[in-house]
Amino acid sequence: MSEKDILKSKIRQIAWNILKYLSCILAAFIFILPILTIFLASFKGYEEFYESSKLALPKHLFNFSNYVTAFVDGGMLNGFKNTAIIMVISLAGTILMGAMVAFVLQRFDFKLKKLILLMYLFPMFLPMVTTQVATFQIVSKLGLYNTIWAPIILYLGADVMSIYIMMQFMESIPIANDEAAMLDGASYLYIFNKLILPLLKPAIATIIILRGVGIYNDFYTPFLYAPSQELGTVATSLYKFIGPYGGQWNVIAAGVILIMIPTAIVFIALQKYIYNGFVDGAVK
Amino acid sequence: MFSRLDYKYQRIIIIFLFLIIPLTFLVLFTYLPAINMISYSFTSWKGYGTKTFVGLQNYIDIFSNPDIFGAFKNSIYYFVGGIIQLILAFYLAVLVNSKLKGKNFFKSIFFFPYLINGVAISLMFLFFFQPEGTLDTIMKIFGLEKFITLWLGNENAVNYSLAFTSVWRYIGYSFIIFLGAMQSVSTEVLEAAEIDGAGEWHKIRYILVPSVKNIIKLNLILNISGAISVFEIPYIMTGGANGSSTFVIETMNTAFKFNQVGKASAMAVVVMFVVATVALIQNIFFKEEK
Repeated sequence: MSEKDILKSKIRQIAWNILKYLSCILAAFIFILPILTIFLASFKGYEEFYESSKLALPKHLFNFSNYVTAFVDGGMLNGFKNTAIIMVISLAGTILMGAMVAFVLQRFDFKLKKLILLMYLFPMFLPMVTTQVATFQIVSKLGLYNTIWAPIILYLGADVMSIYIMMQFMESIPIANDEAAMLDGASYLYIFNKLILPLLKPAIATIIILRGVGIYNDFYTPFLYAPSQELGTVATSLYKFIGPYGGQWNVIAAGVILIMIPTAIVFIALQKYIYNGFVDGAVK
Repeated sequence: MFSRLDYKYQRIIIIFLFLIIPLTFLVLFTYLPAINMISYSFTSWKGYGTKTFVGLQNYIDIFSNPDIFGAFKNSIYYFVGGIIQLILAFYLAVLVNSKLKGKNFFKSIFFFPYLINGVAISLMFLFFFQPEGTLDTIMKIFGLEKFITLWLGNENAVNYSLAFTSVWRYIGYSFIIFLGAMQSVSTEVLEAAEIDGAGEWHKIRYILVPSVKNIIKLNLILNISGAISVFEIPYIMTGGANGSSTFVIETMNTAFKFNQVGKASAMAVVVMFVVATVALIQNIFFKEEK
């Protein structure tokens, strides 16, 4: 390479570096700005909010009165309670059912196996939002409409992804383990409980992350099937802010930040697992 | 007692016990609705009372109703948004995958929005786009007052604003998937390329693009079904007003606001048909690849 070429490639390198950092900073700005302005608004008083610029710092940085309003009067506290109940039961059920189905389909051969595998394949291509028109009739007939069980049952019934993740993972658990235990006279139930389930921990973690985020953020299921005030989840409780607090953007802002706090905490604590969970979930 | 049984019987019992509840749920909440929906779609059922058979009338109504057709057309904004999202996500992944200070900071900032609750995002952008809101404030700072419009009230702007919100929400997902694929390219390959004098552009063109080629293809196809089933963001932000309605919003309103379950079912069948076709095409594409 001549000196000229080296100079040229150096200039190119510098230009690329400048472009790189400028792009990243601009992108970060676009992602942060909407969150930041909502954050600022959440600490402002009603009049202060309308008089000051959207970018101005609040007068009292630790004015939590909007948060108290959103949390107690706005029903977010109740929303967190219901969301927690729904998440715990749905996730426990999803994990147990996913492991059971995966165990049977991955370890045994039987007549209807192919058909059942096919039955679990089809829903992957069916966006649930489209079948709600008819699902609604079934949920009503079962007497589950407007109960906390409606979203729980629907999260359990519509979850095919967990079964796939479990099956993928179970393939890596050697069957020799099962066979060795069988030589010692262990029952299949013992093998499932004591040998398989403990080894499924990484798969369980992935499912908790993917489904947990999905359920926490889901809006239309509780909105359609559990519309009453007391059954509000975080998402539907926040949605109801639009009516009574329509003009009070400072209170709505506090609600928005409140709903993001658990997400942010979990994200910061489990960052690595969350990235891996989504990448693995997508590839499989 | 169970453990004393022969393994053959144990197996039968386990298969039955472990599958009965999950399969019941699957049939009850996935298959039955899909089948019922198709049968409702040929009736004028209101969700109560008798089901009168009307043949293909619902389908004819859908395709001759300009409102519904308009809602279908709005999918195009989200479809184009989805393509832009893929390109930008790829670019951001290339940046984060290269030598960069504050890599982890940028990675988390770019991904985090994907985890935020959809209602929170919708409200955040309702705030962002409102008159005198964040966007208007920023535009004034840069002296762009004359371009300010009612971002969610102007029929010519509303769909762009909503599609932008959708890109903002979902780009982190595409980004992290791209990044995951790029990171599975060994650093040795990239270093070897560097020693051979490959510039950034060549590395992107000949190493990184091929590493994510399948993901791009898959997402381009999934983008079609995504664009047709858009619901949450426009429903919460505008309720479908000012020409921003989508096909799924129309379906939900037809079913739950106007109680026209028959017609809504026909609309849902149309969406299901489109999505199933897309999935089929995708499968054929990918089978050939292998």
